[in-house]
Amino acid sequence: MWVFIATEVLLFGGLILAYFVYRHAFPQGFAEGSRHTEIVIGTANTAVLLTSSFLVAWAVEIFSPATTRIVTWLLVGAACLGLVFIALKGIEYSREYDEHLVPGIDFQFAGPLANGVQLFFIFYFIATAIHALHMLIGICLLVTLATICRRAPTTRHHTALHSAALYWHFVDVVWIFLFALIYLPGRSS
Amino acid sequence: MSETNYLTTDYTLRSWFLTTDHKRIAILYFASLIFFFFIGGAAATAMRIELATPQADLVSSDAYNRLFTMHGIIMVWFFLIPSIPNTLGNFIVPLMIGARDLAFPRLNLMSWYIFMLGGSTTLFAIFAGGIDTGWTFYTPFSTLYSNSYVIVAAAGVFIAGFSSILTGLNFIVTIHRLRAPGLTWYRLPLFLWSLYATSVILVLATPVLAITLLLMATERFFGVGIFDPRIGGDPLLFQHLFWFYSHPAVYIMILPGMGVINELVSCFSRKQVFGYKFVAWCSLAIAAVGFLVWGHHMFVSGQSLVASLVFSFMSFIVAVPSAIKVFNWTATLHKGSIHFDAPMLYALAFIGLFTIGGLTGLFLACLAFDVHATDTYFVVAHFHYIMVGGMVTAYFGGLHYWWPKITGRLYSEYWARTAAVLIFFGFNLTFFPQFILGAEGMPRRYHVYPPEFQVWNVLSSGGAAILAVAYLMPLFYLGYSAFFGKRAPANPWDAPGLEWQTSSPPPEFNFTTQPLVTRAPYQYNEAFEAKPQNA
Repeated sequence: MWVFIATEVLLFGGLILAYFVYRHAFPQGFAEGSRHTEIVIGTANTAVLLTSSFLVAWAVEIFSPATTRIVTWLLVGAACLGLVFIALKGIEYSREYDEHLVPGIDFQFAGPLANGVQLFFIFYFIATAIHALHMLIGICLLVTLATICRRAPTTRHHTALHSAALYWHFVDVVWIFLFALIYLPGRSS
Repeated sequence: MSETNYLTTDYTLRSWFLTTDHKRIAILYFASLIFFFFIGGAAATAMRIELATPQADLVSSDAYNRLFTMHGIIMVWFFLIPSIPNTLGNFIVPLMIGARDLAFPRLNLMSWYIFMLGGSTTLFAIFAGGIDTGWTFYTPFSTLYSNSYVIVAAAGVFIAGFSSILTGLNFIVTIHRLRAPGLTWYRLPLFLWSLYATSVILVLATPVLAITLLLMATERFFGVGIFDPRIGGDPLLFQHLFWFYSHPAVYIMILPGMGVINELVSCFSRKQVFGYKFVAWCSLAIAAVGFLVWGHHMFVSGQSLVASLVFSFMSFIVAVPSAIKVFNWTATLHKGSIHFDAPMLYALAFIGLFTIGGLTGLFLACLAFDVHATDTYFVVAHFHYIMVGGMVTAYFGGLHYWWPKITGRLYSEYWARTAAVLIFFGFNLTFFPQFILGAEGMPRRYHVYPPEFQVWNVLSSGGAAILAVAYLMPLFYLGYSAFFGKRAPANPWDAPGLEWQTSSPPPEFNFTTQPLVTRAPYQYNEAFEAKPQNA
C-alpha cells in the first residue's frame, strides 16, 4: 500500500508543481483568484475530513473480533462525513458557477489579472475534481469494509482495514495541501 | 510427461480469460504484444517504402504524420514498455524466486484487462482517423491546432499507464515478500534486480505522465489555457512534465533488456556474471539518475543555458552505470566456455548494438553537437539502436532462452540462429545509414527529401525489408515448435536458476516442494555440452 501511495504522491506532485510554476509567474492573479474562493466551505470541509480521518484511525486502533459493532459504526460514520464533504464541494462548485468562475464553460473576469485568475481556477477545478474522485473511491472502500466487519471479520481483514485507512489518511493529507494552496494565498494581505 | 502442467490443467476459454495464474497471464500479454508489434511494424514498413524515393509517391504528408505517430505510440506504450516485464517477467519472476505466483494474482489479471482497454482505445483513435502530433503530444499543437483524435489516443495511453503502475507495484511487493527461504538479495538473479529497478520507475514516473496527459486533454476539451501562451500558459511546462516521465520511460524499456542479457551471457559462457554487486547496484543507479536527465530532450527548446549544462552533465553521469554493465558482460565472456546457441547470438548482438546506441547517446548529450543533430535522423538512429537493437533483441534472446520452459518444446536451432543473424544484419543496414543521413542534416518526420539523400535511404529501406522478414521468421518456427516441437527436458541449458529446477512447462503452482536456496546465483557447471536437439 505504501508503494501505491508513492504513486499517488507523484500524481498530485506533478499537478502541484504545475500550480507552483504558474503561481510564481502570476502571483497577483493567483492571490486574486484565491480571494474568490469560498473559504468558509473550504474550512468546514477541512474539519469534516479531519474528523472522518479520526474516526478511521480510531477504528483501526480498536479493531478486534469483540469490537466489530463499534468498528462498523465508526467506518460508516467516516464514510458519511466523506459524503458531507462531497456535498459541500458541490455547493461550492455551484456558487462558483453562478459567479462565472468556471474556465472553459462559463468564465467572465475583467481586469488585468484575468489570465492569472483563469489559470488559478483551472487548477482549482482540476485538483479538487481529482481529489473528489479519490474521495468517492475511498468512500466505497470504507463502506465495503464496514459490510465485511458486520458479517465476518477475521484478523486477515485487519490488513485490509489498515490499507484502506492509509488511503483515507492520504486523501486527507492531500486535502490539507490543497486547502493551503487554494484558499490561503492572498488572504493574509 | 503425463502429469498435468499449467497449460493442460484446463482448456476452456474461461480458464484463460479469468485465470489468475501468472504463467497464463504472461501468455495473454505475449499474444497481445505480438499483435501490437506487427501493427506498429506495419506503420514502419509503410514509412520505409515511402522513403525509398525522394518524392511523395505512397502517402500524403498528412498521412505520413499519422503513420509515424501511430508507430511511436504503439511501439512505445503498447510494445516496448510492457514487452519484457509483462511477458517474460510475469512468467519468470515467481519461478526465479521460488514462489507459487505473484503477490497479487488478481491485480495481475486486472492489469491485463486495463492494458487491453487502453490498447483498444488507442486503436480506435488510430482507425477512426489517426493522430498527427507525434508520440510526444507536444503542446500547443496537440491542444490548439491538431485536427485529429488526440484526446482518445491520450486516454488510451492514460489507461494503459494504470496497467504499468499495477504491474510495477506487483513486482516490487513480490520481490520483497515472496522470495524462497535462503534467497537473500545478493542471491537474486540479476534479471530480478533490473526488473525491480524498472518497477520503481514504473510506479514513480507513470503518474506524472497521467497528470500531464490529463492536463493536456482538459485544455483541449474545455479550450482553457493551461499550456497556451496567449492566456499565460507555458508550453515548455508540458515538455518538462512529459519528459520527466518519458526519459525514465527509456530506462523502463532498456533495463529489463539488460537484465535478460545478464542471464544469457552468464549461461552461455558457463560463468558467473563478473562483478555481480556492481551490476545489481548499477540497475538502481540508472533508475535513480534517470530521473534527473529529462532536460536533454529540450536543449533547443529555449530552457536556460544553466539548466542545459546541468542536464548535459547528468546525461554523461547516467552513462557510467550502463557502461559498467557493458564492461562486466565482456569481462564475463573473458575466458568463458562460450556456446553460440541462438539466445547467445541475440545477447552478443545486444551488446554490440547497445554500445553503439549508448555511445551515440553521449554525442547527443554534448550541447554543441546536439544543436546540430536535434530532430535529424541521427537521433532516430540513436534511439532505435537502444530500443530496437537493444530492447527488442534482448526480448527475442530471452524468449528463445525461456521458450523451452514456457512451452515445454524445443525450437529449431538452425532457424533460430538464421533469424538472429538476419536480424543483426537487417537492423544495421536499416539504421546505420540513418546516422549518416542525420549527420548530413536530413530532418526526421518528413516524407520527402532532397535527392542527394536517396542512396542512404534506399539502403535503409532495403535493410528494413530484411528486418521485416527476420522478425516474421520466429512467428513461424516458434509457432511450429509450440505445437510440434520436440519435448523439452526440465533444464535444457543445464542452468542452476530456480526456474529450471521445476518441470517444463511448470505445474500450475510452479513447484511441488518449496525450494530452498543455499548458494549464490550463476554457479554453472562448465562441462555443459548437451545442446538441445534440432526439432
